[in-house]
Amino acid sequence: MYSQKVIDHFTHPRNQGRMENPDGVGKVGNPVCGDVMHIYIKVKDDKIEDIKWETMGCAAAIATSSMVTELAKGLTLEEAEKITRADVADALEGLPPIKMHCSNLAADGLRKAIEDYKKKRGLS
Amino acid sequence: MKVYLDHSATSAVDPRVVDVMRPFFDKEYGNASSLHQLGQEAHQALEEARGKVAQVLHCDPGEVVFTSGGTESNNTALKGAAFAQLAKGGEKKHLIASTIEHDCVLNTCKWLEKIGFEVTYVPVDKYGLVTPEALEDAIRKDTLLVSVMHANNEIGTVQDIKELGKIAHEHGAYFHTDAVQSITKLPLDVKEMNVDMLSVSSHKIHGPKGVGCLYVKKGTKIDPLMHGGGHERGFRSGTENVSGIVGFGEAAKIGEEERPTVMPHITKLRDKLIEGTLEIENSWLNGHPEKRLPINAHFCFRFIEGESLILRLDMKGISASTGSACSSKSLEPSHVLLAIGLPPEDAHSSLRLTLGRDNTEEDIDYTLEVLPEVVADLRKISPFKDSYE
Repeated sequence: MYSQKVIDHFTHPRNQGRMENPDGVGKVGNPVCGDVMHIYIKVKDDKIEDIKWETMGCAAAIATSSMVTELAKGLTLEEAEKITRADVADALEGLPPIKMHCSNLAADGLRKAIEDYKKKRGLS
Repeated sequence: MKVYLDHSATSAVDPRVVDVMRPFFDKEYGNASSLHQLGQEAHQALEEARGKVAQVLHCDPGEVVFTSGGTESNNTALKGAAFAQLAKGGEKKHLIASTIEHDCVLNTCKWLEKIGFEVTYVPVDKYGLVTPEALEDAIRKDTLLVSVMHANNEIGTVQDIKELGKIAHEHGAYFHTDAVQSITKLPLDVKEMNVDMLSVSSHKIHGPKGVGCLYVKKGTKIDPLMHGGGHERGFRSGTENVSGIVGFGEAAKIGEEERPTVMPHITKLRDKLIEGTLEIENSWLNGHPEKRLPINAHFCFRFIEGESLILRLDMKGISASTGSACSSKSLEPSHVLLAIGLPPEDAHSSLRLTLGRDNTEEDIDYTLEVLPEVVADLRKISPFKDSYE
């Protein structure tokens, strides 16, 4: 059902944890649907200096959370904003079709975290 | 270490069952309808198997209709009764099913609604029990059939079939029960239980897949789903799956004979498993504390999601499921858990552990060692620690 890459990120999640005093937080999903992600970012010189996440959800939700943080770390905000759901799924060597819609929320979470950062800084 | 705790999904075929099946593949391969000796031997084997199943159900062998399994048996009971009613132009166009039936009953009901039948889905209480009052409220003069499963496949709740069957009969309706989960786990007696039809599957009881039966009480008017050469007394045409049926008969016989020793052993292990698991914070047991299938334990663990729990357990060698194996690839929370009143967020966090006769004390000890770790691991990465806020 899942690719090796998904299983790898599900089993050994990267950048996992809660962040103290984040510069931006993105919360997506809903417990009613079974998947919730919180993405935390620290920004320095317009770049994502650090990124962490907390997720309740299926293996796909956990793996996409882990993967999006790997993709985004070190990118400029402008670059990071461009990461799509498809990019995350591709980096994981694909997701089962049924999981593409509901559990592939990580890119949205990242975008929301960047929005939150910009709002706090009066940038948007 | 490998621990299989998904016996409600399926079970390993008993080696003794494999042995009795083997000759029917390449030596005794006759068609049970043929007049020659090979055919007659197959016929005899078929009837012996029918006798074994009839003994377990306490019915006449002539009331056992072999099918391809639980799904076909349930379809045959419901559609068969509905088709017979349509064919004779009868007035009874109402059916009743509980909200926690297996998908093969619920989806059959939904389809019957499309072709002009009315279905009432009778609710259950928080334990998953259909109360006599709820059935009385739902039943009508034109109710053709009531279908309530004996033991639920997810939460293991065992219904008072005898009482529900009595109510159906008082109102002139047929009573059908899906006993796929309960055969060889609980005693079955179709007369005592007041049922007109009862569905059974072979692969849940250490028999082969693709075979099962429907008990049809003499005089019950159902039309077949399969028309053809008139096999199974016209109830189910198609050359009989002789090897499968022989295996099914043997599995039923062994399961029933060993039930008095096997079930207390399983129940003891199951109770230990429940007790140990409930030490995990924010967890609870679903289903009824006593009116429960001996092999079933079903839990919720708040703040984690069932699929990740299953996969993490699998990585540790433990085979489990969230609920029904059939719907494990669906994203919807279990209809059974919603029916007993759980909110969707909790219904996503379920774990079903179903034991079998080969499980050992070591299996349970290992599970009780691994499960709390896996739950703690997943809670550690969850944004929720003590509430969904």
